[in-house]
Amino acid sequence: MSDTILRVNDIHKSFDGTGVLRGVSLEIREGEVVVIVGPSGCGKSTLLRCINGLETIDKGEIWLRDEKISGRVKDLHVVRQKIGMVFQSYDLFPHMKVMDNLLLGPTKALGKPRQEVEREALQLLERVDLKEKAHVYPRTLSGGQKQRVALVRAMLMHPEILLLDEITAALDPEMVSEVLNVVIDLARGGMTMAIVTHEMRFAEAVADRVLFLEEGVVLEEGTPEAFFHAPATERAQRFLQSFTYASKRG
Amino acid sequence: MQDLGISVLFKGINFQRLLGGLWVTLRLALITIGLSCLFGLLFGLLMLSKRKIVQFFCRVWLEIVRFMPQLVLLYLVYFGFARLFGWDLDGETSAVIVFTFWGTAEMGDLIRGALTSIPPHQTESAAAIGLTKGQVYLYVLIPQTLRRLLPQAINLSTRIIKTTALVKMINVTEVLKVGQQIIGQFYRQPDAAFWVYFVIFLLYFLVCWPFSLLAKQLEKRWA
Amino acid sequence: MDWSFIASHVWDYAGGAWVTLRFGLYGVLCSLALGMLCCLARYFRVPVFRQIAAGYIELARNTPLLVQLFFLYAGLPRVGIRFSAEACAVIGLTFLGGAYMAEAFRSGLDAVDKAQVEAGACIGLTRKQNIRYVVFPQALATAAPALFANVIFLIKETSVFSVLAMMDLMNVADTLRTSGGRTVEVLFMLVAAYLIILLPVSVIATMVERRLRYAGFGDQRSV
Repeated sequence: MSDTILRVNDIHKSFDGTGVLRGVSLEIREGEVVVIVGPSGCGKSTLLRCINGLETIDKGEIWLRDEKISGRVKDLHVVRQKIGMVFQSYDLFPHMKVMDNLLLGPTKALGKPRQEVEREALQLLERVDLKEKAHVYPRTLSGGQKQRVALVRAMLMHPEILLLDEITAALDPEMVSEVLNVVIDLARGGMTMAIVTHEMRFAEAVADRVLFLEEGVVLEEGTPEAFFHAPATERAQRFLQSFTYASKRG
Repeated sequence: MQDLGISVLFKGINFQRLLGGLWVTLRLALITIGLSCLFGLLFGLLMLSKRKIVQFFCRVWLEIVRFMPQLVLLYLVYFGFARLFGWDLDGETSAVIVFTFWGTAEMGDLIRGALTSIPPHQTESAAAIGLTKGQVYLYVLIPQTLRRLLPQAINLSTRIIKTTALVKMINVTEVLKVGQQIIGQFYRQPDAAFWVYFVIFLLYFLVCWPFSLLAKQLEKRWA
Repeated sequence: MDWSFIASHVWDYAGGAWVTLRFGLYGVLCSLALGMLCCLARYFRVPVFRQIAAGYIELARNTPLLVQLFFLYAGLPRVGIRFSAEACAVIGLTFLGGAYMAEAFRSGLDAVDKAQVEAGACIGLTRKQNIRYVVFPQALATAAPALFANVIFLIKETSVFSVLAMMDLMNVADTLRTSGGRTVEVLFMLVAAYLIILLPVSVIATMVERRLRYAGFGDQRSV
């Protein structure tokens, strides 16, 4: 059994009195890929945002290895240096070229020497087939290319864990696989990840464990085989059915 | 014990005189705003013309009023027209001409901006649900244009009100001039000038501020 | 048009233009500094300062510069606060301009997407680093057109400095007009002088804005 990297302990979060997370617990071990699925509004994005402190939690605890990271305010940026996060909307910095986007975190936040990071950045860009885009501005890239750059930007921080929040939701269908293949590649390389996604086939391919979240609680948890082929709860069955269509001819 | 200078304001009808002076500029501003809205609508539609020559003419007009200080324009009309064309215009007429010339271009540009800000698919989707051309304007385009236009037009109006203070420089007896007269009469009261100018400052603020607040409110509501 | 009259007074105008430009520039620089301070006070929600800044911005934006100058130059000395004409010019222009610059900066800051701040936080930047490398460059780029518009606006506003008995362009023109009577030539040169001052500013503004746009600034929606 490998080490636990992230431990989420009974966290609660509400917005304007509406409970979005109502007691969620979760453990992620080193090298493990956990995929979180559930209907929209079930709190899965909020869960990720709470983990790296973009939202403060009302109750519960979050631990990164043996360090409690919830409830911290002052050195939150140190915590975030160890947790990578990529969003649906890429959020590259529009005023910086791709390379400067990549260098900003490692050089300013971690204080690493520029040359060293630059070499590594080029290697990673090559791995995602974007080496020739190192010196262009983000707006000249396609959505899929931007999202791959965003993944590299997060990877360069060498995070202990990577959080991916519906990173293909804003992409044109033909660009989805180029991004997800990068994620699968990362998973093979042993990256610990928590992934929120609506791509069920990708979820099945990449996950070590699947979490089904509904109305702010974990309803079901299991291996991808078990969850996708024999979901235990009726809610999960209905959720999975919503991805298939009834044939017109019955 | 000597009176405070502020008491000067309440001697006789001094305060009414000040308000009267303020009304001189406010009246000019109101006339200007009215005319600017009227001509601005025409100007705005003119700016949308497809003819290059019309566009060019509008552009030049707009650039002139953007580039020349309003005071210079006032001088041109008040002093220059008398020389060039023999028109001896009084200060108030000159002011209305100049400020309307300016306001028309600015208002026109706002109207043009508001009209072009509506995405074309709004018209298309309105037509697609079967509205007539008139209904498209009435229910879709005009309400959206107004929402965008109104806050900006109100802001332009406060600018016009503030700018009409310049008529002091072409010998119109407005609030600052009245203030100077009052100070002159009460020259034995050394701090009268302080209070008179302070009150004029406040009066302008009290006139313009509500408009600014209203514009901000509308902007927030319709954003 | 009497060209010899024009030729013999070119240097008078050059002197006036220098006064207009110099004090306009001082005013612009101080306005930028004051505007930035006010904007920061509001952005970082510095207690007390932030309320003062908000109040000041409303006051300055809703009163005419002419009235502000009268208060500074003719009102304040009566209660023992005396500034030279030049100081009044700079203080007045700064008082007015600071508010406009603050609003321009603020609109730039408001335009920076919240997601950008989160993205900065997610790569471990401290709040300071995030503001310095992510927020400010984008805010400045978005604010640039408004900032340049304010520069032109402020230089135009210097035309009322003649009430401070400063020999700026307006006052030079006025003096020549009343003494020589060649109104047309005097006004022609006045217009030409303002064009010569303001055209370069406008050209620089356009160039800078274009460069920022090419660099992909201010276009965050698509990124």
